[in-house]
Parts: sequence; C-alpha cells; structure tokens
Amino acid sequence: MPRLAAASNRVNDFVVKFANVNGTGSASANSLIMKTIFRMGVPVTGKNYFPSNIQGLPTWYEIRVTRQAYAARAGRVDIMVAMNAETYVKDVREVVSGGYLIYDATWPRSALLQRGDITVIGVPLAKMVNENFDGVRNRILLKNIAYAGLLAALLDLDLEIIDGLMRQNYGKKPKLLDANTKALRLGYNYAKEHLACPLPLRVEHMDKTRGHIMIDGNTAAALGCVYAGATVGAWYPITPSTSLMDAFKGFCERYRVDPGTGARNFAVIQAEDELAAIGVVLGAAWNGARAFTPTSGPGISLMNEFVGLAYYAEVPCVIFDVQRVGPSTGMPTRTQQSDIMLCAYASHGDTRHVLLFPANPEECFYMALQAFDLAERLQTPVFVLSDLDIGMNDWMCRDLKWDDAYRPDRGKMLSAQELAGLDKFYRYVDRDDDAIPYRTLPGVNPKGAYFTRGSGHNQYGGYTEDSTEYQVVLDRLKRKFVNAAKYVPKPELTGKGDNKIGIVSIGSCDGAVREAIDVLDRQKLHIDYLRVRAFPFGSDVERFLSSHSTIFVVEQNRDAQLRSLLTLETSVEKSKLKSILSYSGFPMSCEPIVDGIRAALTEEPRLSAVTTKRTR
Amino acid sequence: MSFINKPKVAHPSLPTNALGLTRRQYEGAMSTLCAGCGHDSITAAIIEACWGLDMRPEQLVKLSGIGCSSKTTAYFVSGAHGFNAVHGRMPSIASGANAANRELTYLGISGDGDSLSIGLGQLVHVIRRNVNMLYLIENNGVYGLTKGQFSASADIGTQAKKGDINLTPPIDPVLLALSLGATFVARGFSGDKAQLVPLIQAGLRHNGFALIDVLSPCVTFNDHEGSTKSYTFTREHYHAVIEADFVPPAEEIAVDYPAGESIPVQLHDGSRVVLRKLDAGYDPTDRSAAYAFIEGKLKQKEYVTGLIHINESSTTEFHTLNKSSAVPLNRIPYETLSPGSAELEKLMGRYR
Repeated sequence: MPRLAAASNRVNDFVVKFANVNGTGSASANSLIMKTIFRMGVPVTGKNYFPSNIQGLPTWYEIRVTRQAYAARAGRVDIMVAMNAETYVKDVREVVSGGYLIYDATWPRSALLQRGDITVIGVPLAKMVNENFDGVRNRILLKNIAYAGLLAALLDLDLEIIDGLMRQNYGKKPKLLDANTKALRLGYNYAKEHLACPLPLRVEHMDKTRGHIMIDGNTAAALGCVYAGATVGAWYPITPSTSLMDAFKGFCERYRVDPGTGARNFAVIQAEDELAAIGVVLGAAWNGARAFTPTSGPGISLMNEFVGLAYYAEVPCVIFDVQRVGPSTGMPTRTQQSDIMLCAYASHGDTRHVLLFPANPEECFYMALQAFDLAERLQTPVFVLSDLDIGMNDWMCRDLKWDDAYRPDRGKMLSAQELAGLDKFYRYVDRDDDAIPYRTLPGVNPKGAYFTRGSGHNQYGGYTEDSTEYQVVLDRLKRKFVNAAKYVPKPELTGKGDNKIGIVSIGSCDGAVREAIDVLDRQKLHIDYLRVRAFPFGSDVERFLSSHSTIFVVEQNRDAQLRSLLTLETSVEKSKLKSILSYSGFPMSCEPIVDGIRAALTEEPRLSAVTTKRTR
Repeated sequence: MSFINKPKVAHPSLPTNALGLTRRQYEGAMSTLCAGCGHDSITAAIIEACWGLDMRPEQLVKLSGIGCSSKTTAYFVSGAHGFNAVHGRMPSIASGANAANRELTYLGISGDGDSLSIGLGQLVHVIRRNVNMLYLIENNGVYGLTKGQFSASADIGTQAKKGDINLTPPIDPVLLALSLGATFVARGFSGDKAQLVPLIQAGLRHNGFALIDVLSPCVTFNDHEGSTKSYTFTREHYHAVIEADFVPPAEEIAVDYPAGESIPVQLHDGSRVVLRKLDAGYDPTDRSAAYAFIEGKLKQKEYVTGLIHINESSTTEFHTLNKSSAVPLNRIPYETLSPGSAELEKLMGRYR
C-alpha cells in the first residue's frame, strides 16, 4: 500500500502522536485535544500506549483524526509531539516522510533529531512555562497544556471549544482554570507568533459526530451491568479490567443509593483473589442476584475450577475478560485476543461456554445486558471477551439508547406459587425438551430445595456414580450448548455475500478489517466480511464459511485461536481458512490485512497463513 | 454407614416445635459416612439445634466444600438449599450468597483439610469480611477420602494409622479466628452433644461470622492409640471452660445460675446466650486473654471447649459496612435498579 505523504493537504485525516513520560499528567492535555476535535464534529480515535508502571516510564498517546470515521489505529504518525527525551530517537524514526516533529527546544537536541525529510519544530516549552509558573509539579502539568495550546494553533482547533472544555473540567476550581487557560494561551500565542499556522494537516469543522459519544468499553460495560440490574460485583484488581469495576461502583453510587436512608442497592466485593471473586459471583447468582466479575487472562486461569462447577451445576454468571497480552503475566498494558480458546473450553472435563465478542464500547454496553439475560436463560457462565483496546481507550460510538420496556430475562426460575403447585421439584429434569431445566432460589419454598454439587449427579439432583444417570445430564448439557446458538447474538455480515473471498474476524479487529476492505475495494478486490459476535457459532457462520472459497481469518493472537475454534466447531474445510494475525500488543491497523490478503492471493494456493510479526 | 433408609413417617407422639415440625422433618438424606463417624453426631446436633430454634427449613442455606465433612450438608434439613462448592472455596460462595440475600441463615460446614490447607486463604478472608454465617469445622486431623494423610490441624507427635509421626506444627482454627478478630469463636466435641447444640444455636443467631471448631474423631483413620484426635484422647484432654445455654427471644431465663458464674449475652435478634463459667477466672469477652488462655492450654495438650470468645457489639458485619438495603439485593425490583432511559440520555452528555 503506497504511503501518502503527510505534506499534502490532509484536512481531517492525519495522526498526531504524543510521546510523554507516564505520571506527568499528559493524559488531560491529550484528551483535551481529542475532545476538541470531536466537538468540532470530526471523527477521532484515541489510543493510549502506556507502561505497566506508576511514574517515570515512556507512554504514548495517539490521536487519529479521521473524516471517514475509521475506528482502527492508523499505523502511521504524521505529527510527533516528542516530550520524552528518553524516546526521542525512536519517536523521530516513526514520523512519516513529510511529517512533523515538535519537541521542547528548551534543551536543543539537534544531534538527536536530524532527519531531512520531516519538519522539526522546536518550541522552548519548559522555558516558557518556568518563566510563567511556580512549583515543580505545577510546571510539569502545565507544560502539557502549553503544548496543547501550541497544537491548537498548528491544527487550527476551535479555541472556543477548548475554553468550553476547560471550563467544564476546572469550572469549580477557578485558580486551576486560570492557570490552565494561561498555559494554553502561552503555547497558542507562541505558535501564532513564530510558526506558520495552521499546518497543511489541520482540522476543519464537520458534522459527523452528532449523536455520538466518546467512551471506553469498560465504562460502557459497567453501565450495561447497571442497566441489566446487576447487584453484586466481585473482583480482584487486574489491568486492564479494573476500570470496569471502578465505573460500576461509580454508577452505583450515583444511581443505587437511596437518597433518604443512604441504603445501597448493590454490593461490590473486592475479593482476595480471582478464585474467590468468581466464587462470590456464583454464590450471589445461585441465590438470585445478577452478579458478575471483570478480569483478564490471568484471572480466567485462576477461575477455571469454579467455571467448570458453574457449567456442570448450571449456575448463571457473567465474566468480563478484558484481554491483555499473554502468556503468563505477559504485557499487562498491551492488547490481544488470546483468551478465545481458554474461555471457550475453560475448566477440566467436557465443558464449552457461551462467549460474546464485542467490537467496540457500544457493543460492550448491549452485550453486557445480553450476557446477563443469556446466563440466566441458559443457566451457565457467559464470557464477554473484550480487550484492552476496547476496554481502556476512548472510542467514538453512537449514543447508548435505552428502552424502558426492557425487563431482565430471569429464565426458568420457579416462584413460591409455582413450587406450591408442584408435586415434587427436580432440579435437572428437561421438562420442556429444550435442554434447559428449572431452578429455584433458597428461602422461597422448602419444596424447591435441592443440593447443588459439582460431583456426579442425576437429573433429579441426587449424587450418582451410575454411568447412565451421569450421561443423561451430560448429554443434556451438550444439547443445551448447541441450542445456545439460537439465543446468542447473530454474526454481522458486510458485503453482498456473493464474493468468492471472505474475511471472518472478531472483536476489536473490526475497524481495521473495514478499512482494509475499503482499501481493497478501491483496488477492485471485493471481499465479504463476517464478524462473529458469539460462540457457539450457529448456522449463519456455517453458511458464510461454506459459501466462500477463500476465507481470511483476522485476529490478534499468535496461534490463530479463532481459526482453531472455527475448524473445531464448524464443518469448514480447514485449508480454506487463511490466517492474518497480529499479536504485537498494539491495536490492529489495516495494513497487515491489506498486505496479507494481497500477498496470499499472489501466492495462492500454497500459502495458508500470513503472519505479520511487526505491525508497529 | 447404615444401609437402610429410615422411613419418613413420624410417630404422632413425636414432639413438635413452634412450627409444628418434628425433628424428623429437619433430617436429610442418609449418611454415607463410616459407622461411628464423629461427623454424624455433629449432624444430629445441627438437626436438634435447627429444630429447637423453630427455624423454617427453607430459611437455612447449607454450604460446604469438599471432603467427608462437606458431604454432611446433604444429611440434614432436606428442606434447605445446599451448595457443595469446590475444595476449600465454600467461603466465597457463602460471601456471595449472603451478599445477595441477607435474610437467610447461612451454615457452612467444612473440614480441617478444606479450611486449613487448600481453603485457608478463603477462610481468613471470610472472617475478615465478617460475613454473617456459622462456619463449622469438623476437625479430625486427617484426610479421610484420600485415606488418612495428615491435615494441617494434626498435632506435633501425633501418629498416623500407618505409623508416620507428624513433625510440623498444627494450625489451630480457634487461635486463627481469634487473631483475625472473629466475633464468635467456639470449640466443641462431637461426643458432647449437650454442649454442642446451644453453641450451634448461638452461632446461627450471632450477627456476624461465627466459627465453631468441632473435634470430630475419624473412626477409620485417626482413632488409634498414638493419635491426638481419637475419641479416647479427646475425652481425656478436653477442657470445658464455658458452657453455653441458648435462650430464645421470647423465653425467660429459667435456670437459676449461681451469681458471678454466669454471663448472659444478648444476641442481635433478641435471643440470649447464657455462659456458665466452669473456670472461674475466664472472661470470654476478652479476646487477648482468651487467646493466651487457649494457647497455654494447647501447649499442655488440652483442648479448651465452649464459647471461647464472643463480641456482640461489633459493627463490622458485611452488610452493616456495605450499608446494604434492608430488602435483600435479590428482591429489589428491577424498576428500582434501572436508572431508566431519561437518565441514560442525560448521562450521554458526560461523554461528548
């Protein structure tokens, strides 16, 4: 794919990357810029590449201004705001030919920053800030706002919008507002006086963000839990899922506290580990509360034993796996889709689980709701497999909507009256021939009492070591899982469906896939795209697989886990599925997909996997 | 074990409680434990305690982990829901169940393997969380189902059936619970039902986490000479320091206790437990003194039994700290839980 030169007039279509030191407060300046662009009506994405550290290590923030509203990482940097001397060399190298580099010229770095094909803009930011403000911490923080001012001038951002945002952020603290406004003007005025403003890469008002919000997936998922009526959340802190429970708690403190009595209609339990977190969820869900736990890969590994119990004893529960880079501790602050197989077959013995795959924060909200309904309808664990990119980055999404007619699907739960009318209640009998039994809650009616166990049990709930009795239950569980395909979200088809070539992908690859399809379309290569949204897969997935002769499976892990799951759980011919894999830990861009498909089609039919090892 | 199911018909002359239920109606499935197992005596004490408390069977929630002791939840109160969790992880199930419905009565049954080895972390944290439940450890010092390995409660010098001598120090659940600030700590002996029943009743009525460690000899793997958890050894070395009588809310204290020798403690629900001091200098409300006393007696190979420590004034019970609504979380109507569409629309402004 030919690289576009940055120098050409690229209004509302470019990437600014900020290289900072973590713990220095750069996030507020970076999001100020991003939100300003968003409020100017221009679609934008923000990706945060941060270290697993509190203070002092390099961190980057990448803003993509994208008039076509692409959701993926651009895979290029047009303007680098290099504020971290430690990473100058690397940062300079990353700028595309014809791009710009902005750095703090308080300490000239001419030797480090030499590149003939880019424009280097040195601004004495620290000097300016030090001359105008006191206090070490204050100066560090305000230097960020000063570069935001600088960029406002260079990118032609709307100052009124910036002022509005700052008033919103610091409105209650006039001193802070004054200092920030002053710092912003410092940078802005310097640019206006000394530099040619605006750059050819600039922002112009559009009207493409109306009815949209900027939100991260963890917040959206937490909000989904609130609207689903979840009352018990248990967790053990782990990046990148922590902000999900933080958000849930925040929403509950706002919406679930009786203003008169202060009584709380929720319980958030920070457990001693993930083994306990999932135990608390099972206990609460078994007792009739909607309960969930957010975690990441290492947490899922620990939860495996209880997940098997929940599957076998048919206890509903919702698990959010905000995936990060594995194996083991891996890279906790980088993104991946490498828990697909782990979750699909979590725990020992014959187990298979319902998985949902949101592609963006908007879907995190709706799928959180679906997860609770499915868990209770099917009486089984439901995993929502998000990832760090979705969970922790701000995405532009449509406004979240709510239908007040919604009522939770509590599934087959017998009331006291229903129990009173029964001769005898048996927990695991398939009365309706849909493989889903009836359940009862403790405390309702002594007739509903049963013994929940992970040991071998018959359909009456009794302990058994009898092969036939054991198999009756195990076979029904299999039927229940197969039937689950009818309840889970359908895959999303893009394209006419009659092209020969197809892409199957999952979750946060979506933006990159859509962009790649656009690029290839312009090159007269037409591709259908199916995004799987749940496991078990169901007939729509089968149909897509059988009706396309070449299928590229795009995912973010090394071992082609989605492809593996497709080959195991559908009737697809294995050789038809070609992998395009990205597992760098950075969100996927469209390039490996475009390059991978082109390369594979050139070398067809021998190539079966296209691996893009380096996508930075 | 017995091989014949007792018929579920009750003779009309059997005494009934305030609910009109006989003791038989608090029984469960037939025990599959070894004949003479201490655990079965504890089961009998639980049945007696629940019957005596006039507890509606469905009011009780029975929880357990894995092991011989954990099987016993199936052997009492068949009208109550039971949850047999994975090994050592009953406390987290109990925490979640209790969070969802604070109105029910939670009884966790565990063993020394389940609680003091694989489940030690969860036991410690359920105590710390102060979940309102009775946690009963049926303590026999061995792993029964895997045929007689030492558990973490095995005393130094105790001998296994196959001859091994245990050299590592035991974890004593009573000292553990005291050190963690549990507000109800007791020890009993499966061979002393008269002592055990009121302890169970008081533990079930205590507002907060109650632990009863019940010495419960394993007749198959740990009842031989050389064992410090045998019937013979326990009978010779157990030291009842405090007897407890449970008095339901409505009843007067009928027994006349000698002055200075009894301490009536008011429980959360209005019932009382009257502690009879068998050891004049012992004060069960003084946690530090209790700890020192128990530790000293353990060094002399004496098991102090009775209600060792009680603190009814604690305010750290889980729901109290959580400020949970009085209505159990699992019964709050959805309409109350959902902020609704107008609120969501308003909230969207935060993200523009």
